[in-house]
Amino acid sequence: MLEIKNLHATVDGKEILKGIDLSVNAGEIHAIMGPNGSGKSTLSYVLTGREGYEATEGEVLFKGRNLLDMEPEQRAGAGVFLAFQYPVEIPGVPNTTFLKEALNSVRRARGEDELDAMQFVKLVREKTKMLHMSDDMLKRAVNVGFSGGEKKRNEALQMAILEPSLAILDETDSGLDIDAMKTVADSVNLLRRPDNALLVITHYQRLLDYIVPDHVHVLAHGRIQKSGGKELALELEKSGYAAFTETAAA
Amino acid sequence: MSTETFTEHYGALRDALPGQDLPWLSRLRADAFARFAEAGLPTPRQESWKYTSLRPIEKAGFGADGAPRACISIDRAPSLLPSASDHHRLVFVDGHHRADLSTVGPLPEGAELTSLREMLAKDPAWLEAHLGAQAQDDSQALLALNTAMMMNGFVLRLAKGTVLHDPIEVVHLGGAGEGPLAYHPRNLVVLEPGSQATLIEHHTHMGEQPYYANSGTEVTLAEGAVLHHYKLQADALNAFHTATVHAEVAAGALYDAFGMTTGARLSRNEIAVRLAGEEANCHLNGAYLVRGEQHVDNTTRIDHLVPNTACSEIFKGVIDDKARAVFQGKITVHRDAQHTNGHQLSKVLLLSDQAEIDAKPELEIYADDVVCSHGATAGDLDHNALFYLRSRGIPEKAARAMLIEAFLAESVHNIAAQGLCPALMSSIGHWLADRRGDL
Ligand SMILES: Nc1ncnc2c1ncn2[C@@H]1O[C@H](COP(=O)(O)OP(=O)(O)O)[C@@H](O)[C@H]1O
Ligand SMILES: [Mg+2]
Repeated sequence: MLEIKNLHATVDGKEILKGIDLSVNAGEIHAIMGPNGSGKSTLSYVLTGREGYEATEGEVLFKGRNLLDMEPEQRAGAGVFLAFQYPVEIPGVPNTTFLKEALNSVRRARGEDELDAMQFVKLVREKTKMLHMSDDMLKRAVNVGFSGGEKKRNEALQMAILEPSLAILDETDSGLDIDAMKTVADSVNLLRRPDNALLVITHYQRLLDYIVPDHVHVLAHGRIQKSGGKELALELEKSGYAAFTETAAA
Repeated sequence: MSTETFTEHYGALRDALPGQDLPWLSRLRADAFARFAEAGLPTPRQESWKYTSLRPIEKAGFGADGAPRACISIDRAPSLLPSASDHHRLVFVDGHHRADLSTVGPLPEGAELTSLREMLAKDPAWLEAHLGAQAQDDSQALLALNTAMMMNGFVLRLAKGTVLHDPIEVVHLGGAGEGPLAYHPRNLVVLEPGSQATLIEHHTHMGEQPYYANSGTEVTLAEGAVLHHYKLQADALNAFHTATVHAEVAAGALYDAFGMTTGARLSRNEIAVRLAGEEANCHLNGAYLVRGEQHVDNTTRIDHLVPNTACSEIFKGVIDDKARAVFQGKITVHRDAQHTNGHQLSKVLLLSDQAEIDAKPELEIYADDVVCSHGATAGDLDHNALFYLRSRGIPEKAARAMLIEAFLAESVHNIAAQGLCPALMSSIGHWLADRRGDL
């Protein structure tokens, strides 16, 4: 599904990603772990096309298409979704308006009919119920005045509505207490399907107790330093990242 | 600047102007014209006209037409309110009152809603006491011109304690004439103690002709009176619009104004509010969307004259292409006006490199125990928000439109007359839809 080959990327002219190779298949969960500042968010932004995050070398294929040539909205239409580390507040845009516009844009991109107001309301009800969310969050402006937990659940709701093939979760656990984290993890697990894949970015191992990865990769100094199974996460939990930061520095 | 055009207009129309048989009124006009003739049209050399030039008005060659056009076939003037039945409507075409298009329903006891001309016929003594009572700034040449040339306008008068529940909609249709026309509507609102009304002005157009509407409006709010005053200026893009408003707010009264501008090649709203009694309050808010070579100027002055008064002022604008906006907001807290609460903010989105805003917020404080703030911001759309929307599949242009709409939606949704919101939002929507190609 996702094929990253020798990806180099710069931010503000500074090289942050220095040759990433990663291959993700449908149905898989990959975890990317790494110390702060190692380039995890940078990778997620390069994959979703954020302005200022420039791929300078290598390629990224998504379902066989060259992802790096596409506009952010085209990537979303093709099935890429990023759950933001820091979801953006948008005053004046009601959450429902946003969700409906997003869904219908993605449906158009997929060649599906748009949903009318009634169909949309029905769908949103279904999804909020599945995720045990209150309708209250729908009426408010996008993420404005949401608690940390609410923001992350709103990301999960968007994911539930847009049904992406590849969801990238950037530090979905950050800023959440253990209960809030469990709630969000449960939501993500509910959305798993054999034909979609997850890229879970995290600094700590604890999220991976709830969203269990098939593969774990350690990112440091802009490169994947080591890959393994879920036991690698536990190992990191004990030893920390020191080994990798030192190795790479040497 | 030369006054030639208007001197000609005045000469040609003088004898036909309403109320010329009343000595007080013909003197009021003559004095005003003398002031105008001496001062001339404002030029950028004057401090408060530094950023706005009226040259294009001078060049447009407007005529003055004394006679109302006999027959204009419009079934119904457009309404901004969801249902036309439960509000009062006064319609003016090229400045002339059109009774045939107006519908004033039954009014409560103590309420009077009519045209200036009718009031002149009915109660000239009352008019003598009120016309020019608030509009006393002799330095305002356009106001002087208006006073000299005023032909008609609306008059709203509410007796003590009269509460008008249904809103009043005043529709101004321009451009219906056979040639370029200049006219000078004069409006009067007098609310006696404890009375309340909601007034909606809708300025729009029906023909192709350029026009220049130079209005003057005087608002007197006695103790505890409340006026919600809304204005949508959606004049033709070849039209000119200057409006001078003077409002005096007595103790415990509220002047709540919101104006939205999308139209006119050149427009200026010059609003002066005097908070003259304790607990007097004013909201002076505005929104504008301009493009092409439009020029919009909002110049406001709020005087806090006594202790314990409050004002809040937020103007938000969206400026595209080579359009230019001016915001000049002056808040003066006079020496005795302790415990004044005054807040002012100008916020604009600049959608193109050539779009321009001249913002001049000004606080002048002569009392020591006050809470005042002012500020001005100008910038592009929030890039983080734009990326967030696009990352959810929303195409860039649609995402930009959403953010622009949201920027103004906050102001619109804050107005008290919620029934007006859909019309205001849809005029924003139309503006954006027209722009879609170039956002
Ligand atoms: N917008 C930005 N401007 C400048 N530097 C940035 C920006 N975003 C990230 N960086 C830099 O890139 C490096 C990687 O950051 P990031 O990808 O956020 O790491 P992580 O998510 O792993 O903590 C850091 O050195 C950070 O300072
Ligand atoms: Mg990060």
